[in-house]
Amino acid sequence: MISALLLLAGAAPFPISHSPFPVQDTTRGKAVYVKWCAGCHGDGGAGDGVAAAHMLPRPRNFTGAIYKIRTTASGQLPTDADLMRAIDEGLPGSAMPAWKGRLSDAERRDVVAYIKTFSSFFADTSQHVAALKFSGEPSGATGATALKTGRQFYDSIGCRKCHGDQGRGDGPSARTLKDDAGFPIFAADLHQSWRFRGGGSAVEIYHRLRTGLDGTPMPSFSDLIDQKFLTDEQLWRLAQYVRSLSPPEPPEVRDVIHAPQIVGPTPVSPDDSTWARVGRYWFPLVGQVVRKGRWFAPAVTGVWVQGVHDGRTLALRVSWDDRTQSPDSAWLPFEQRVLETVAGDDSGPPKAEPWPDQLAVQFPRRLPESPAGMERPYFLMGSETDPVYQWRWTSSPRKSLAGLARGIDRFDTLPGAVAAQASFDHGEWRLVFTRALATPDTANEVQLAAGRAIPVAFFGWDGSSGEHGSRMAVSTWYFLALDRPTPPGVFISPVLAMLVTLGLGLVVVRRAQRRATARAGRQR
Amino acid sequence: MRKLGAVAATGVVLLVLALAGWMRAPLPAAQGGATISGKVKFTGAKPTMPKIDMTEEPKCKAKYTAAPPTDEAVVVNANGTLANVFVYVKAGLPEGYKAPAPAGPVTLDQDGCRYHPHVLGILVGQQLAIKNSDGILHNIKAKGTKNRPFNISQPTVMTSDRTFTAPEVMVPLECNVHGWMHAWLGVLPHPFFAVSGSDGSFTIKGLPPGTYTVEAWQEKYGTQTATVTVAGSETKTADFTFAAK
Ligand code: HEC
Ligand code: HEC
Repeated sequence: MISALLLLAGAAPFPISHSPFPVQDTTRGKAVYVKWCAGCHGDGGAGDGVAAAHMLPRPRNFTGAIYKIRTTASGQLPTDADLMRAIDEGLPGSAMPAWKGRLSDAERRDVVAYIKTFSSFFADTSQHVAALKFSGEPSGATGATALKTGRQFYDSIGCRKCHGDQGRGDGPSARTLKDDAGFPIFAADLHQSWRFRGGGSAVEIYHRLRTGLDGTPMPSFSDLIDQKFLTDEQLWRLAQYVRSLSPPEPPEVRDVIHAPQIVGPTPVSPDDSTWARVGRYWFPLVGQVVRKGRWFAPAVTGVWVQGVHDGRTLALRVSWDDRTQSPDSAWLPFEQRVLETVAGDDSGPPKAEPWPDQLAVQFPRRLPESPAGMERPYFLMGSETDPVYQWRWTSSPRKSLAGLARGIDRFDTLPGAVAAQASFDHGEWRLVFTRALATPDTANEVQLAAGRAIPVAFFGWDGSSGEHGSRMAVSTWYFLALDRPTPPGVFISPVLAMLVTLGLGLVVVRRAQRRATARAGRQR
Repeated sequence: MRKLGAVAATGVVLLVLALAGWMRAPLPAAQGGATISGKVKFTGAKPTMPKIDMTEEPKCKAKYTAAPPTDEAVVVNANGTLANVFVYVKAGLPEGYKAPAPAGPVTLDQDGCRYHPHVLGILVGQQLAIKNSDGILHNIKAKGTKNRPFNISQPTVMTSDRTFTAPEVMVPLECNVHGWMHAWLGVLPHPFFAVSGSDGSFTIKGLPPGTYTVEAWQEKYGTQTATVTVAGSETKTADFTFAAK
């Protein structure tokens, strides 16, 4: 009671306002909008700016006042704070940038006021605009029972229909999904929470489950609490389970892949247990937009890379999320819709075809002479005069080739091959390339040596998204380092010593115990 | 005495309140006895509707033992007429006419991974009871433009209630788990609407006398209108004909 009064007293000096943004100026908001937003969102706010035709998802059409990231119930208008949040943070996984550092507080407030003028719904006072009352996150988020409860509701609600059994957006309904404007939409890959539009924390996921993402197939699950299908806490467990599918922190992009030396032979299978003990590195890929035949909607958003060697052979494991094991004829209509939506610069949309999935790993032909000489061939598959050495893998026919690329359009196979083994599991490709460190063709095939920084780059294609040729996802140059074996004296011996001591100690103790029991037996 | 005074005062207050309420209330629904009825005819080649593959949902698939389910965008009846045509009074009622929403709900059932009915009408403010009889996951999404949308999940046998705030012909309803599931909802401020049945006929009852624009809406073939004048308790006929495209 007293604390409530104190609270009231404390609150009294501040002006009470129903809008968190009391002073908003739509005239100034318009100026900000025209300068920064109209290129994507269109002069009239219809989501049809000059750049829009290349985007998937498309920029928001403000005239319908339908927003994805809200704290309000399904179908209701967003609060001003919701809009501000979307503008501040952007919508990860889409072209919508974060504006916080770029525009002043006043500019962002004004532009919120301005985008609301595009729809008469905001002026309609009968519209209910109230944030839902969310409970706080219950503790025990990562406990086994919590995650088990979460998984149970993932199954019983049927999230897998869209998001797939393991959550990579490959459910049976996924290939039929459209947003409200009729554009194809992907069921989110729940293993990449850093690409969630509304943020990747368990709290944010819980909010999205309560509100749904309006304008998309992703529904609200609030009614299920009202109808006692599950409790609020169980919905939290579901959010925590979804959170647990992604790494605890968004992957950090590091420049160098460290491939430790192991006692041979190197693993050739992508599901070898060795890989569980080797660090993995994330490399984001982006659409190829440098050259004609540009591609603005890359399906392979990044690759996880691991490497080991045994002094003779390198094994490089590349894994990435892909909803489809292409070619998959069931996805052809979806592929056609994607191609029609993301206008390339070619004349007319290309026809959907059963392309395979592909992956390429690229190296320079030779390592620079001096370690300081870091000049590398052109990252986009080299050039006529300065080709690059590549490993290429395709899903169908299942094969791998090594060769020289002279730009995107020319690839000449080399006689010296690279071995590859791949497996596809619930929306994930896992691929292992193996090759001898040293090969006879030293002129064309990079000689992999320990202790050197070996430039490396990656390219990915998802056939079922219509990716082929220059329609692909690309990375920039990174480095691969084959680590030298750690001298036993430094690393292994302390551990061994500890184990030996422990082991010996146990043996001694056991012997003593056995002797003691034996003696006791005899005495009885 | 004091007691009596209090009662009287309360009475006056109540009366004033009631009057105020009455004055603010929408125009009461005019009572009428006229009827407009007719048939929705169809000419041209009967289109073949694509079959729906429900292999993904065995529980739904099992409900179609006689013939496989087909798309319902055009349903031609045995007598050559059209079913699922929404016929309603588009104009002619007094300006601002608003009938009170009936107490009972309109039910939309999800059964066999299809909506029943496929086309339906409702009054502004009246409850739409969305029922899931299948007991498998459906989501139901309303995609109106004059009404706020909604998209809710129903993973089990359950009923969710929603209402609509503005007249709109039509609000599309759909399920995204089953891309073939579509229904159409006409939201009106009055009860003068009907949906053509399995013999292609419709009847709109209780109309006050007047001259009305009656519109027939078909999912694929668009709309047609007719002007009909009714007086007293007479019944007038308005037939519509849609041609194959
Ligand atoms: C480079 C293109 C681009 C620019 C510039 C841009 N946006 Fe966006 N914006 C998008 C895209 C794409 C989306 C839709 C993302 C999605 O649906 O997942 C979006 C969505 C939004 C949303 C909807 C959020 C929600 O919850 O649905 C708001 C609000 C928004 N933008 C405001 C702005 C404002 C204000 C500016 C200018 C300061 C701006 N945008 C500039 C591309 C852009
Ligand atoms: C009818 C298909 C469908 C069902 C069922 C469905 N989702 Fe989604 N979900 C989607 C789509 C489509 C998106 C992507 C929306 C977008 O890109 O804006 C999405 C997005 C998400 C996101 C990302 C939110 C964000 O901020 O971007 C999460 C998390 C999620 N879904 C979890 C779930 C869970 C958990 C369930 C089950 C309780 C579920 N979904 C059921 C279609 C579905």
